[in-house]
Amino acid sequence: MAAVATTKVEESVRLALTGRRADVRGQLFRLALLSMLLVALGVLIVLIASILIDAWPVLSDRGWEFLTSDTSSLASRTGVRQGVVGSLILVGIVAVIALPLGIASAIYLQEYARDTRLNRLLISNVRNLAGVPSVVFGILGFVIFVQALRGFTGPNSYGRSYLSGALTLSVLVMPIVILVSMEALRTVPASIREAAYGVGATRWEVVRSHVVPYAAPGIFTGTILSLARAFGETAPLLLVGAVTGYLSTPPGRGVWQILQEQYTALPTQIFAWSKLPGEDWQANAAAAIIVLLAAILAVNLVAILLRNRYARKW
Amino acid sequence: MATVSQDPRQLTLQQMSGSEGRRRKEHVVRALFAAAALLGLVISMAIVLALIGRAVVWLTDIDLRWLWSDGWFPRRNDFDLLTIFAGTLIIAAVAMAVATPLGLGAAMYLAEYASPRARRVLKPIIEMLASIPSVVLGYFALTVINPELVQRLFSGAGTFNLLGAGLAVGILTVPLVATVAEDAMYAVPNALREAAYGIGARRRTVTTRVVVPAAVSGIVASLILGFSRAVGETMIVAVAAGATGGALRTFNPLDRGQTMTGAISSLAIGSDQVQGSGVAFASLYFVGLLLFVITFVLNVLSERFVRRVRKSY
Repeated sequence: MAAVATTKVEESVRLALTGRRADVRGQLFRLALLSMLLVALGVLIVLIASILIDAWPVLSDRGWEFLTSDTSSLASRTGVRQGVVGSLILVGIVAVIALPLGIASAIYLQEYARDTRLNRLLISNVRNLAGVPSVVFGILGFVIFVQALRGFTGPNSYGRSYLSGALTLSVLVMPIVILVSMEALRTVPASIREAAYGVGATRWEVVRSHVVPYAAPGIFTGTILSLARAFGETAPLLLVGAVTGYLSTPPGRGVWQILQEQYTALPTQIFAWSKLPGEDWQANAAAAIIVLLAAILAVNLVAILLRNRYARKW
Repeated sequence: MATVSQDPRQLTLQQMSGSEGRRRKEHVVRALFAAAALLGLVISMAIVLALIGRAVVWLTDIDLRWLWSDGWFPRRNDFDLLTIFAGTLIIAAVAMAVATPLGLGAAMYLAEYASPRARRVLKPIIEMLASIPSVVLGYFALTVINPELVQRLFSGAGTFNLLGAGLAVGILTVPLVATVAEDAMYAVPNALREAAYGIGARRRTVTTRVVVPAAVSGIVASLILGFSRAVGETMIVAVAAGATGGALRTFNPLDRGQTMTGAISSLAIGSDQVQGSGVAFASLYFVGLLLFVITFVLNVLSERFVRRVRKSY
């Protein structure tokens, strides 16, 4: 009863204040904004639905076999195994290179660096690097890793190897890792640090035992997302020579040998297949996209759930 | 005089500074972190040096008249810069025509109208849209946007066209514009909103007259970032704008065309044959340098705007 009464009072006050006119233009404005949001989300649904429809013949007929087949020049026999394996190896190396360097760099910029001109330059430089188009990183990778360091990255593959691809992607991903890690470190309140300093800890001890553990969930989710980004990058790999056609991967090679060999990646295969004429190849491209999207969206979902779970209120 | 330090109650400077080992460790760790941080600077210098050196070599190798002709055909020594500038601008303009209303509309709705619960669900979905790789949107542009939308609306459009690619780039740019603009609007202090409500303003008035002006630098920054992203987008153009090899100069969005990024990627794909040599291939360094400079300027500009928003509250 009381609730009804208050809503009645509210309603009459509102009517009196608004001069008993409905706020038609306000409602229209609200609807316009909402429709913009819904269109943006609707595109996502149309995109996934149309690709699923294109991919259905391949996924339903070949299913598991599509996942486990090597690339072939026949649309009915090709598969994504090499692409998936290649992408996983690339992302694995990126994780080993870019994450430690990126997180260490973020710790320096956020915890150690004083507000000097050099440090401000370093931070704004990282921000700019994160906005450089990925294809430009591809050119850098081509000049440095494929050409200049050919002896190291792959003497027998003209430098177009896993190592070149992974190093290029690491350079691309590192600025993003730095930015998200700095963001996570920034949310740790100063009182935590001061408590540790108060009992005589050195700066490194403060960082290691207080700041990083508290910032870990944030750093973790941010870096997972940047690895997902590396998983889907295509343009730089075209420059550092991911193979777009047939690729033979004979078994029984050593790890280092494999890293110096030619490679392909899932997004590269998607690109190559979408450019080939014919419905068969289109269906293959769509099916490969479904594999790629499933991996990336799953990683995203995990990251978002983790973030919500560990979101800390100070 | 020497008796001072022998007094057991008196701390010496050496005792105050802690153990030798801990201090040494501290220095080593600090140096390691600093080295990691400097790596970013090294990378940007490597980019600039790699590009400038080879771009200059390329410019001295070619006849400068090649930079102005009727199209971009590297194999025929036609390096018409206007072709790829026009293509890039058309793509970016179409993309912003999509991303500005959708991105800002979604941002305003999320920041001002959505309930906290709706915001918690909707914002991650928008971020999900941001994580879709661009090659996927390229495929979408080629198989859905071009045939189902562009070619139905405009009978003169071909299988590959700049308009369809631009629309797809726009879709890719929406989440970037939306999240940056939403962050800026969400950061506007509630006191401003409440002051406006207190004198009887309606929600629409508060949004358009209070929140948007207060967050305007963040909103402008989101649009510049979106534009910079659209200029740098490669895969959609490579798949759906249809300019492998080259394209004639065009200002018509319904034609197939070439952009700066598209020029680089198609040269790169062709490089299996030329092994990274020759005048045609080396043009990608020059185009890459131009692209780097353009996006760099745009990013610096947007950072300026973001900093203004951060300072004011």
